[in-house]
Amino acid sequence: MSESLGNKKTQFYDYHLAAGGKMVPFAGYLMPVQYPLGIMQEHLHTRDHAGLFDVSHMGQVVVRGPDAAIALETLMPLDLAALAINQQSYATFTSADGGILDDLIITRWAEDTFFLVVNAGCKEQDIAHLRAHLPHCEVNYLEHMSLIALQGLRAVEIMAELAPQTASLVFMQGCHMQIDDIKCYVTRSGYTGEDGFEISVSDDHALALADVLLAYDYCQWIGLGARDSLRLEAGLCLYGHDMDEHTSPVESAISWSISKSRRSGGEKSGGFLGADTILGHLANGATKKRVGFLVEGRAPVREGAEIADQQGNLVGVITSGGFGPTLQVPVAMGYVPTELSAVGTQLFAIVRGKPRSITVSKMPLVPQRYYRG
Amino acid sequence: MGYVIYTKDHEWLRVEDNLVTIGVTEFAQEQLGDVVFIELPEVGSELMAGDEAAVIESVKAAGEIVVPIDGVVAMVNEALIDEPDLLNSAPETEGWILQLTPIEAPEIADFMDAEQYQHYIQDSE
Repeated sequence: MSESLGNKKTQFYDYHLAAGGKMVPFAGYLMPVQYPLGIMQEHLHTRDHAGLFDVSHMGQVVVRGPDAAIALETLMPLDLAALAINQQSYATFTSADGGILDDLIITRWAEDTFFLVVNAGCKEQDIAHLRAHLPHCEVNYLEHMSLIALQGLRAVEIMAELAPQTASLVFMQGCHMQIDDIKCYVTRSGYTGEDGFEISVSDDHALALADVLLAYDYCQWIGLGARDSLRLEAGLCLYGHDMDEHTSPVESAISWSISKSRRSGGEKSGGFLGADTILGHLANGATKKRVGFLVEGRAPVREGAEIADQQGNLVGVITSGGFGPTLQVPVAMGYVPTELSAVGTQLFAIVRGKPRSITVSKMPLVPQRYYRG
Repeated sequence: MGYVIYTKDHEWLRVEDNLVTIGVTEFAQEQLGDVVFIELPEVGSELMAGDEAAVIESVKAAGEIVVPIDGVVAMVNEALIDEPDLLNSAPETEGWILQLTPIEAPEIADFMDAEQYQHYIQDSE
């Protein structure tokens, strides 16, 4: 990674420029927000064909130690001891107050070794958090690794040809692999709601790997703009927007990410930061909840718009919103009081001073198409 | 015969007789990205220079059309309601946004001609 005007560049920077990428600062990196195809077409291309995303700005971290599973369980409400090797799980670093410090994907690489992928904007604080709380583990930031995501209906066609074993991975499984003699770690995962893969590869071989993937004419670079609309339609949270240190996993509507054994009555109940608050929310309900919205009309409702009830009382706020290219209507997420969170509840979002009809809708708004075997 | 002038906000104005047609330039539509919705002003509304006349929503963000002259809205491009992407495909023709009956003819010295505008966008890139 090199520095330029305070923003870092990933290994793929020149490739993005060559592909016509419009580069913007994002979490300390110059990243492509879109290419000449435009967000709408990039989004549709990903769902129907195959999109290649540079996500090298995200933090790749390895935690190793004889009791790594038990130690990491103090920081996230997961049953890591039960996580099989090459299996991965979505997780949150919880705070002592029961909020969320970051969300991440954690993969077990070996009995004593875990591979974590964390958000770009949080990685420094996450690494400090891990080091502070896990003094007996080695916390190794993989600074010289790149990360790409190959997503979409036809992603598997490419992988089946290049690395046939990866095509039999199911969602949230990984394996070490060689693609064209390039060593990488491949997982069946992603953040678009589509089937797909994430590939961790050393910086030295990152461009060669991209060349191999981009040799398929139906595989195209896709920017952060479409990544955002894809994850929004798929009902997936964006850290710092749809959840943060002020929302618990229950309020953030990701209770499914809390392992059964870590809940009240489970054999390893509690024992993670903020457990009292979070298990309290699970048992007694929380007062607010993240929900998805479909918006009437065509004008997008964006982050920060206030939400009003039928009587005009301000009851919540939109945390993500935009136009859904697959649905061809505006889509949004936001927080409302739990009593107003039922699917079908009619509310209003205040846009430029005017109330716009929004309806609480089942998430994901576009069905996820993960490969589960 | 009419003539076309440009603003620093990347709007074009076609001045003909007592009517000024306003839209956004090719450069502006590229910056906006895919347009999904346009909020148009009411015909007959009186606008002062600097007033927000329309809102353009793209998949990326919302942008405002600010009128550079005083006038009364004579007509709006209703085709944009069903086909907001006209603003991407033909921003300087079929994708026009509104027509104003100006209070006074625009002061040409306050605007750029096509050549000056080309220099302006080259400098801002």
